[in-house]
Amino acid sequence: MRISTQPPMALEPERYELIAPPTYRFGVARRDFFKLLGGGIAVFCLHDSPLAAQEAGRSGRRPDDDLPQDISAWLHINDKGEVTVFTGKVEVGQNIRTSLTQAVAEELSVAPGSVQLLMGDTERVPFDMGTFGSRTTPTMNPQLRRAASAARDALIALAAEAWHLDPKGLVTVSGVVTDPESHRSVSYGELAKGRELAKAIPAEDPLIPAAQWKTMGKPLAKVAGRDIVTGRHRYPSDIKLPGMLYGKVLRPPAFAATLTSLDAQKAEAMPGVTVVHDGNFVGVTAPSSHDAQAAMAALNATWKTTPQPSGDELYDYLKKNAVHAEERGSHTAGSVEKGLAEASARLQQTYTVAYIAHAPLEPRAAVAEWKDGKLTVWTGTQRPFGVRGELAEAFHLPEDHVHVLMPDMGSGYGGKHTGEAAVEAARLAKAAGRPVKLVWTREEEFTWAYFRPAGVIEISAGLASDGVITAWEFHNYNSGGAAIGTLYNIPNQRIEFHPSQSPLRQGSYRSLAAAANHFARESFMDELAHLARMDPLDFRLKNLTDPRLRDALQAAAKRFGWGEDKPQPGHGFGIAGGFDKGGYVATCAEVAVDSATRQVRVVRVVTAFDCGAVVNPDGLRNQIEGANMMGIGGALFEAIRFENGRILNPHFAQYRVPRFGDAPAIEVVLIDRKDVPSAGAGETPIVGIAPATGNAIFAATGQRRRALPMAPEGV
Amino acid sequence: MSRVSQLVINGVSYSVDVDAGASLLSVLREDLDLTGSKYGCGEGQCGACTVLVAGAPRRSCITPVGEVVGKPITTIEGLEKDGQLHPVQQAFLDEDVMQCGYCTSGMIMTAVGFLNARPHPKDEEISHYLEGHICRCGTYPRIVAAVRRVAKAMQEVRS
Repeated sequence: MRISTQPPMALEPERYELIAPPTYRFGVARRDFFKLLGGGIAVFCLHDSPLAAQEAGRSGRRPDDDLPQDISAWLHINDKGEVTVFTGKVEVGQNIRTSLTQAVAEELSVAPGSVQLLMGDTERVPFDMGTFGSRTTPTMNPQLRRAASAARDALIALAAEAWHLDPKGLVTVSGVVTDPESHRSVSYGELAKGRELAKAIPAEDPLIPAAQWKTMGKPLAKVAGRDIVTGRHRYPSDIKLPGMLYGKVLRPPAFAATLTSLDAQKAEAMPGVTVVHDGNFVGVTAPSSHDAQAAMAALNATWKTTPQPSGDELYDYLKKNAVHAEERGSHTAGSVEKGLAEASARLQQTYTVAYIAHAPLEPRAAVAEWKDGKLTVWTGTQRPFGVRGELAEAFHLPEDHVHVLMPDMGSGYGGKHTGEAAVEAARLAKAAGRPVKLVWTREEEFTWAYFRPAGVIEISAGLASDGVITAWEFHNYNSGGAAIGTLYNIPNQRIEFHPSQSPLRQGSYRSLAAAANHFARESFMDELAHLARMDPLDFRLKNLTDPRLRDALQAAAKRFGWGEDKPQPGHGFGIAGGFDKGGYVATCAEVAVDSATRQVRVVRVVTAFDCGAVVNPDGLRNQIEGANMMGIGGALFEAIRFENGRILNPHFAQYRVPRFGDAPAIEVVLIDRKDVPSAGAGETPIVGIAPATGNAIFAATGQRRRALPMAPEGV
Repeated sequence: MSRVSQLVINGVSYSVDVDAGASLLSVLREDLDLTGSKYGCGEGQCGACTVLVAGAPRRSCITPVGEVVGKPITTIEGLEKDGQLHPVQQAFLDEDVMQCGYCTSGMIMTAVGFLNARPHPKDEEISHYLEGHICRCGTYPRIVAAVRRVAKAMQEVRS
């Protein structure tokens, strides 16, 4: 059987996540580095692949006394044996602070407790494009492991030199180098003492194979857990500086409105209040958020609005304003016309996907401080370096005059790539002459952030009498090109992504368009299965040879009892599977339709997931459970409603998100492939739940739901 | 507008000088630097700001501080005693509940208040009682498991 270790298709570029690296990057002098950290041993990770280089910027000139510029991360061991890892990746709830700690602890043979990660601080970590696309585990994890492995080699070499022994005979356990012959031992801290040893690692250093992992591959509880349950952890919105003021920004009544007049007299007369008016930007600062709110309410502004598209014309609008398919989002094979001509049955359907909100529980927040012409901002973002660039541009500063720090934040789900709050807080702080904190309200987060793109997806296919798919045509309007290709064996394909004009501001969302494309594809597969009079699982397997997706589908089906158990009246079973970002997922869902209220509830879910060698099984289960839970919202009831430049449901009372009562029993089957490099897992597990739920609704009711959300008012 | 000058939080009496109409949440976070209670919606819809007032869960974001003068307030910072976590805090660690953890303090405070009032809950009761809380990361099954774990341990201690 063929074992695929590489994704079966090239990573599909996602236009919503393409960000250019900076034009110039300058080296760090070796002496400055140790001045910053104190002595010890430092190891620098160099980029090991073109993709990693693209993520972290380009390499450049390398003067001898400077550290290499194409660094993606570094780690440092001090004279106490404490390990500090510096990375531009950030922790947003996906648990990489823990999984990267495991990676370093494994290769360096130290306890996880002696490893600290310094993340997302633009003055102390190497440039990084951002934390998105499930890239941390496939790229940063192996780079840090190589650095840790090289550090371990360096420590062994130091001990060998001191003892006049062959390094090959020495071993490391729990932060100590030992000579098994003489039983001599020396701690990493003692070896690092009084040194300034810097080492850049070659990319080809071998790593410990997954089958021999001792720290990786096993559950490790969240490393910052205690600080969270005690309330000690400071999220971006918890940062407080001496003399800090609180800011608010006046929002227009509709998108694209322009300010025509402002009367700020009453607000300006309030004690301690500063009003900032700069073009369309109006904001206030005050000694407390309560006072800032009062000052905002005292402003009298008038705005000019312009007519804009509304939700009831959304899907027509997206199709009407579509531009030609982008080449990079297109794929053709064979002849669709020929395939359709050969088919004994044909099917054509249209699916739609609503805008939805990320609604991270911590809204956008920033604390900004100006000092001697330099700007420092603490903010919640998945792209600290991107936000640094935004700030530099907004305030006409060189990037080295801007420092962005990103404390582990209250989630993002792809929704915090941008620096709106950071720019606003900095503008207010500049005017007030004091540090300013700005925390967006929930209504602001629901209105002025950006949304998961809406879309229209049209599919047509031909079917031979034996259930083989002969032709496949797939057009996605606006929602995106991620996972637009199919793993099913279809000789004749035409697949196109058509960008369009979006009535609302849109951007990336957990799994990008993979959720939308899987919803359409796997719902359509179910429809084809019924057309072919075949069991939906059998139909998929008949048209599929990819071994990893087959394994995932069969593993989920087996645990679920697919084909063995029959649903009780009012219940239905559905199945869906797919692939994206190196992960293979299959989800079975059972729904229950209330006979009186016609409300739909997902009561049971089984997800099988294969993302290569599992780094932290319990952390991975948590991500898969959470992805299903979040995905139920987009599947059944989440949708942004809008009219003429206004969001109509910008509150949790109006925009329904999944709550405790929506939680099904969730079972996770991990397919731990120790022979395959680990892929990221924060996103792909979300793609199966919507189509599996839709297919289960069809099984329960005979009603096919082709629009996300599928049952905001029941069925 | 009347002012509030004294609050009793986690057994400590604090002097403040705040507008009685300011939210308890803003006073905790801004005036007392007790930032464990979170802003999630400002409308009592998500539960991230939950504290105990006289032992009962209360949404501090929609509670004017003037309403809680003289009443004992407990925040997440007040649960740990002499380095010993409250059983609910410990259970959240034991079940490895958290993803981003932003909802956690509110969840824990409601669970503490709930278990005080109802030490032997059924699963549906746990879920029902926490319905007003949002965990956007979707860790609901683990939160229920954590609360169940504490209830079970309390039962064993009693029997």
